[in-house]
Amino acid sequence: MTGEATRAEVCVAACAEAWRGDGAILASPMGLIPSLGARLARLTFEPGLLLTDGEAYLVDAAGEIEGWMPYREVFTMLAAGRRHVMMGAAQIDRHGNQNISAIGDWKRPKAQLLGVRGAPGNTVNHPVSYWVPRHSPRVLVPRVDMVSGVGYDRGARELRVVVTNLAVLDFETPDRVMRLRSVHPGVEAAEVVAATGFPLDVPGEVPVTRAPTAAELGLIRDRLDPMGARERELA
Amino acid sequence: MTIGIGGWGSRRKPMALVRAILRSPLKNLTVVSYAGPDVGLLVASGQAKRVVTGFASLDSIALEPHFRRARQNGTVELTELDEGMLHWGLLAAAHRLPFLPIRAGLGSGVLEVNPELRTVRSPYGDPFGLGEELVAVPALKLDAALVHLNRADAAGNAQYLGPDPYFDDLFCLAAERAYVSAEQIVPRLDGPPQSLLLNRAMVHGVAETPNGAHFTSCVPDYPRDEAFQARYAKAAADPAAWGMFSNTYLAGGEAEYQEAIRA
Repeated sequence: MTGEATRAEVCVAACAEAWRGDGAILASPMGLIPSLGARLARLTFEPGLLLTDGEAYLVDAAGEIEGWMPYREVFTMLAAGRRHVMMGAAQIDRHGNQNISAIGDWKRPKAQLLGVRGAPGNTVNHPVSYWVPRHSPRVLVPRVDMVSGVGYDRGARELRVVVTNLAVLDFETPDRVMRLRSVHPGVEAAEVVAATGFPLDVPGEVPVTRAPTAAELGLIRDRLDPMGARERELA
Repeated sequence: MTIGIGGWGSRRKPMALVRAILRSPLKNLTVVSYAGPDVGLLVASGQAKRVVTGFASLDSIALEPHFRRARQNGTVELTELDEGMLHWGLLAAAHRLPFLPIRAGLGSGVLEVNPELRTVRSPYGDPFGLGEELVAVPALKLDAALVHLNRADAAGNAQYLGPDPYFDDLFCLAAERAYVSAEQIVPRLDGPPQSLLLNRAMVHGVAETPNGAHFTSCVPDYPRDEAFQARYAKAAADPAAWGMFSNTYLAGGEAEYQEAIRA
């Protein structure tokens, strides 16, 4: 397989960028594209990252066991601030409040989702990023139904980036509300604004999300995801 | 009655003990769990009145279908906690403390949907010169704990052989009475001493239940029975299908269950 990067591959590299500079901390990606991103970062510019096998082992770039990370140790790393998780979001607002618990009235929800899981603790203890595979006004909402991960207006420690299928968003504004950081190649800023259910901070010049390098594309295609499962996460 | 159930999601759950509850007259249960099909079955049977958890999942199937339906129908009460808060509540109970402080929950909906939760201020200075506000996670005291391990001896010493102890030791210490089921009861436990998670002082009863975590995983003895779990989830989505599933698998005792799943 050769040629230009697909949108999913741009997203993998954008997710990898979330962990740039983190060093030897526990990277906890939720979802396939964030997982590919974390592994890509580890194989290239962020070799110190700790990654798990999805259960209790820390594994190196080759998948060999290098350590032990049962849930109780994850909680300790989390509380120590030595972790950066990229979570999903059924809803997220402009301050970065995220909901993975329930849609509708919490007392009797229209849709029960997973539950808050560790999102409240993650967001007040260590850096958190988000992955939104379908950027839409149903996900990027004015107000979330149940605050699971807290936003900057509720005491978040550090919300790094929100990577979506259209763009990369961050909170680098004076009042820490969500800003358009870059649009993926082929996406117009107006498209992102229209797909966002709250007023998005848009700078005068919007950069384009960097494409994966040839070396990164090779790793994604030949080593990390030879079956191309990444394309289905955006379908 | 408040019972705590060990394991995590659809991993190493004491399912044979849960099935025993299904056959019992127990009701009005408050169930504390990192929830999976254990909670699903007790919600489906109407025996769980309240669930204390941070999530309910089958792992390879994201959402626990019985729990989801019961929440949407308003037929189960929920104390929704951050999963680190659940850990801390068990640790507080295990240490006979009234609460333990944690940052998790601050600013989140967890404090809004659980108005009984309180915060405390640190009596010590922090770098900002003020006592930091923290959530006071109340002790999660259990009347009984149910856990499933790979090996046990007749006295209740027990061993996990998989990669994660989960919080089974804390569930036992947080409980008035702790019951362990095991794949095998052996005369003498061997293997790395770190794998001997439970000692007999933490345990009040032990039962040998081969394949007793089915259909959840109990590695290295067996992985999750994904095909059976998929059948469970499919049946749970439809009351008529659930009736058939219950008749086929849950109407008899544990021996009948084990026979039915081999059929």
